[in-house]
Amino acid sequence: MLRRLLKDFRWGVLPVPGRLIAVIFFVFLFIFPLTTDARYPMLILTLASIYAIFAVSWDLLSGYTGQLNFGHALSFGAGAYGSALLYKYLGWPPGVTIPLGAAGAALIGVITCFPALRLRGPYLSLLTLAFPLLLAQVVLAFPDVFGGYVGIRGLPSLAATPIGEYYIVLLVMTVAVLIMWKLTDAGSRYVRTGLIFHAIREDEIAARATGINTIRYKILAFAIGGFFGGIAGGLFGHLLGTVGPGTFSLILSFQVIIWVIFGGIVSIYGAIVGVFTLYPLVQLLQGTFISAYRNLIMAVLVILILLFMPEGIAVWVRDKIERECPRCKLTNAAWRRECRACGASLR
Amino acid sequence: MIPSIIVVTLTAGSVYALLASGLSLIFGVAHIINLAHTAFYMVAAYGLWFFMQQLGLSPIASIAITVPAVTLLGLLSYQFLLNRVRQHPQAILLITIALAMVFQEILVLCFGSHLHTSPPLIAGSTTILGVIVTNQQLLLLGVVAVVILTLGLFLSKTKLGIAIRATANDAEIANLMGISVPRTLLITMGIGTALAAVAATLMASVWVFYPYAWMAPLTMVLAIVVLGGLGSIKGSIIGAFIIALVETLVVFLLPGQGYMKMAFALLAMVIVLAVRPGGLFGTVFEEERL
Repeated sequence: MLRRLLKDFRWGVLPVPGRLIAVIFFVFLFIFPLTTDARYPMLILTLASIYAIFAVSWDLLSGYTGQLNFGHALSFGAGAYGSALLYKYLGWPPGVTIPLGAAGAALIGVITCFPALRLRGPYLSLLTLAFPLLLAQVVLAFPDVFGGYVGIRGLPSLAATPIGEYYIVLLVMTVAVLIMWKLTDAGSRYVRTGLIFHAIREDEIAARATGINTIRYKILAFAIGGFFGGIAGGLFGHLLGTVGPGTFSLILSFQVIIWVIFGGIVSIYGAIVGVFTLYPLVQLLQGTFISAYRNLIMAVLVILILLFMPEGIAVWVRDKIERECPRCKLTNAAWRRECRACGASLR
Repeated sequence: MIPSIIVVTLTAGSVYALLASGLSLIFGVAHIINLAHTAFYMVAAYGLWFFMQQLGLSPIASIAITVPAVTLLGLLSYQFLLNRVRQHPQAILLITIALAMVFQEILVLCFGSHLHTSPPLIAGSTTILGVIVTNQQLLLLGVVAVVILTLGLFLSKTKLGIAIRATANDAEIANLMGISVPRTLLITMGIGTALAAVAATLMASVWVFYPYAWMAPLTMVLAIVVLGGLGSIKGSIIGAFIIALVETLVVFLLPGQGYMKMAFALLAMVIVLAVRPGGLFGTVFEEERL
């Protein structure tokens, strides 16, 4: 087992710069608390991990199946309120309430996708935009249950210390991202969903003509996206100890779109790159003298990056450092002269 | 109560109609969902307030500066931002959000984030059927009716209007017929932005505005455009009055629950979409096959 991992690392990761960077990045995240005691960077990275789950779940739903969802805050808010309500009324610990809340979010995602299934393109986007705003009104309409504008307070934290919370969130993030990455991997031999999601995005009619029940897979995408969005929401609520109607806000729905498209849509790593670049950047600018300009800087940065790299920053960088072998389709570092497997010339 | 419901519905509905027909026009011709549309509206409201209140210019001079300036802003942002990434639908979506945020942040930095209202363009009020209607509202209704009729005539009768409709129908064929598609798209964007600016100059004294005031109207306008059918101006105008009626009924019939008005408007949109997936007057998009 260990030998196989080492072999994979030696031949599958080391020669491909993109994968190497990803591995280094995750190793860095795991050893980061050992290098410093500072609370604030750790909190930022914890929140960034939560948002990374959220962004990747949006990418799975909207990027891979092409169902551009403008209201993904729905699942975030549903997961957050779901786990908060389970704690408030039943007093269960976060380890139980967060998955149950996420299951609730997945259920709400499935319910809302039924009117959405008949719609295409912009109509679908704008319909999904409406749902979190509607649910936020429901939340405000029953202040006894949901706590009105204040929300539900006093949720137990995930762990006793910030380091513990950091590791729990990081572990959940890694596992969640791995699962979603496998589910969307079009080249996988074991799961068909990745290939089918791609097919639905590229040409739904052709996918249907080849015998794929596209409706079922769209519902599945809504359920998976809702579930992991709900996990992110539940973690968020327990990390901050409070859940408010802000978790349904339009800003959050737009924020996730900004992160994913900035990093590169239809690529799991793009969503992670987007979150881990933009979110810490904006937070770091907060304490400095340019604090008042931070949103302006972010918006201008997004515009400039998109003008020059419309596919997103991660995809742009990947195209610069990696090249596909024209003969055997294996990924090579861009600076190699010939393919590492078949020896075909790359120039 | 019924006459005042009618007055409020007509006022809100006509402003929504202007905003929605601009958005719908841009979508129909350029296939861009311009999420910065209401941001242009907000910038125009601020412009009017700045020229009238801060510099003390007359209303006519302020409008004469604001509307062309905002239109120019729309043209510039189309030419230098949106046009560059037209091949990438996701990028264009994000750029319009980012553009709206740039406007928002610049307004926060210049004027602070508190509420503003402009003085009315014309003072006084008239009583019609026992309802007090401000002259500003009457002016608004008149101007909106004139603008929409002009827009309709422009699109159906003039050469440029026919070119715009041809481009909306099939850009490639329009190009073959000697219509300059990039120029037509640019002009369409200008018209759309100008409609938003006109709506703002009329509404600046009726509604309060603040740097974040683009999001709530954006949601409403998107709901209207979807309800009416994307790309259909007739649909947008009818949708605007439907949504305005729903909103006004909620405000009048559920006192103290005014914050629910957006929920009911969105619910109206969801119901229409559940029955007709292409909106009231839109066509369901056939999937594009290459």
